Amino acid sequence: MSAALLAIRDLRVTYRTEAGGLHAVDGVNVDLAPGEFLGVVGESGSGKTQLLLAMLGLNAPGARIEGSIRYRGQELVGAGERVLGCLRGARIAMIFQDPMTALNPYLTIGTQLTEGMRHHQGASRAAARRRALELLDAVHIPEPERRFAQHPHELSGGMRQRIVIAMALICEPDILLADEPTTALDVTVQAQILALLRELRARTRAAIVLVTHDLGVIAEVADRVLVMYAGRVVEQAGVQRLFEHASHPYTEGLRRSIVPLAGPLPARLPSIGGNPPNPAELPPGCPFAPRCAYAFDRCGAAPPPLAPVAPGHLRACYYDGPLGRIR
Amino acid sequence: MNAAILPRPARAAGQWRQSWERLCRHRPALVALALLGFVVLLALLVPLVSPYDYATPDWDELYQPPGGGHLLGTDGLGRDLLVRVMWGCRISLLVGIAASLVSVLIGVLWGATAGYAGGTTDSLMMRIVDILYTVPFIPLVIVLTVLFGRSFLLVFVAIGAVSWLDIARIVRGQTLSLKNREFIEAARALGLSNTTMIVRHVVPNLLGVVIIYATLTVPTVILFEAFLSFLGLGVHAPLASLGTLISDGANHMKSHPYLLTIPAVFLTLIVCSFSYLGDGLRDALDPREQR
Repeated sequence: MSAALLAIRDLRVTYRTEAGGLHAVDGVNVDLAPGEFLGVVGESGSGKTQLLLAMLGLNAPGARIEGSIRYRGQELVGAGERVLGCLRGARIAMIFQDPMTALNPYLTIGTQLTEGMRHHQGASRAAARRRALELLDAVHIPEPERRFAQHPHELSGGMRQRIVIAMALICEPDILLADEPTTALDVTVQAQILALLRELRARTRAAIVLVTHDLGVIAEVADRVLVMYAGRVVEQAGVQRLFEHASHPYTEGLRRSIVPLAGPLPARLPSIGGNPPNPAELPPGCPFAPRCAYAFDRCGAAPPPLAPVAPGHLRACYYDGPLGRIR
Repeated sequence: MNAAILPRPARAAGQWRQSWERLCRHRPALVALALLGFVVLLALLVPLVSPYDYATPDWDELYQPPGGGHLLGTDGLGRDLLVRVMWGCRISLLVGIAASLVSVLIGVLWGATAGYAGGTTDSLMMRIVDILYTVPFIPLVIVLTVLFGRSFLLVFVAIGAVSWLDIARIVRGQTLSLKNREFIEAARALGLSNTTMIVRHVVPNLLGVVIIYATLTVPTVILFEAFLSFLGLGVHAPLASLGTLISDGANHMKSHPYLLTIPAVFLTLIVCSFSYLGDGLRDALDPREQR
C-alpha cells in the first residue's frame, strides 16, 4: 500500500436528494501505481466521473465524501482548499471531455497553457512560454509559435484536445486524470489522441486514469481495467485478462456489444437489456441483478463482495458457471 | 467607453481587431460613433476658441436669435448659447461616462463575486442589493443635498450608488450560468485561486454583456442627471448641463423656442448615439458572431 501513488479506500460519494441519499460512488477501493495506465469503464451514471472528481476534491457542492484517498500518504478526503489547490493541476491534473468547452474562449492558447505553471511554480512569462512551446511540440501541434497566440475558436477539435492535454501536462503531474478525452472527437482523431496518451505515458512516467464508456478505447491503451456499475467496482483485472476471461456478466455484456472488426457481423448487435438502476433506489442485492441473464435467488438478497477469482483479477458476482448466454 | 473598443496592439489584439472589424460592418453603430466623436470634439474645442464664456452676461445681447454674432443665439442674460450648450455636453458626457464606469466596476465585481461564491455569500450579497433597491432615490438625493450641500460630486455618487444594482444582478445571473461551463471547471482543476478565477476566467466572459450594458447605462445616467438638474438638484447655477439648459429653455418655450430645441437636439443626439453604439457593440463582441 505504501508503494501506491494513490490509494483509495472505501470511497463513497453521496448526494442528498429528496428521495434520500444518492450513492454516486459506493465503496470503491483502488490503488494506483506510479506510471500505471488505469482504465475505468461503465455506462453513464455509473459513478466514474464522480470518482475522478473526488480525487481532486471537485465534486459538486452538496456531495458528501467518505472513505479515504491518499496521495503519497497524504489524506485528500476532507483536506482544505489550500492543500487541494496545491495539488490540483500541479501533482494531479485533469483532461476534460469536451475540448470545445474546456477552453476559455476569451483567452489565448498561450495564456491558458502557461497559467498553471505560472500559478504553481511562479514561473516567469518567458520560462512558461518556453515550456509551453515545448509541450505544444510534444503533443504534435504544428507551428506552436503561431498557435500560442491564437484563440481557441481558431483551432479544430482535435487540436484543442491536444491543447487541453498539454495544459494538464505543463506542471509535470504524477497523475493524469482523463475524463472521456476522446468521446467528443471523430474516430480518426480519437485514435491519434489515444496514441498521443500512450506516447506521453512512456515519456513522462505519469500515471494515467482514463475514464470512458468505450471498452474499445480501454483495450487500446490501458494496463488494468476497473469496470464500474451503479457506483461500485464490479470487476477489476489486467486488460488482457479482462478481455479473455471476463467473469462478470456485466463486463461480458459490454464486451459483446462491441462491433467486431473482423469476421461476419452478427445479425443483431447484442446489447444489455434494460437500463441502469436509479442510484437513489438501488435494489438491496446486486445492482445488476435485474438486468442479468444469470441472476438467481441469492443475487437479490445482498450485494456480492469484490473477491479474487484469479491473481490480480477481482469481481463482484455470485454466479460461477460459464458465461455466453444472451438474454 | 470608446477606448474599450479601439483595437489594441496588446496580446489580445486578434480578438479586439475582429470585434472592431465587425463593428465597422455595423453601419448605425459606426454613424453613432462618428456623431459621438464629433460632439465630443465640439464640446472640447468650442469653449476654447469661442470669444464668449458660459458665465458672463451681456446686457446688450439679450435673447438674440440664432445666427449673427452668436451662432446659436443668446439666452435671457445674453450668454452665448453655443458655448453654454457645449459646456452642457461636457458635463453631461462626463457625468454619464464617469458614473457608468463607477457603477459598472462595482456592479461587475459585486455580481461576479456573489454568483461565483454561491451559497450563503451569494444570498447575503444579493439581499443587500435588494435592500438598496428599496431605498427611494429622489428623497435620498434630497437628503444628501441637504447634508453635503449642492456639489457636482454628489451627482456622481448618487447616480453611481443606484445604477450598479442592475449590473450586479445581470452579472450575477451570467456568472451563475458561466460557473457550470466546463472551462471554469477546468480552470478549477488547475488549482487557481478564487480571485484569479473571477478576474481571469469569469469577468472576461462577461465583457460582452457588461460593455453593452455600460453603453446603455450612459444615456440613462445622462437623462437622470438632466432630470436631477431639472429639479434643481444637479449642477450649480452659472455652469450648465444639458438638463439645466433644457429646464431653462422650457420656461421660454413660447417666446424663444430655440433655447429649448438646441440643447434638446444635442441631448437626443448623444442618447441615441449611445443606444445605437450599444446595439452595434452587442453584435461585435458576441463570440457567436465569430466566423
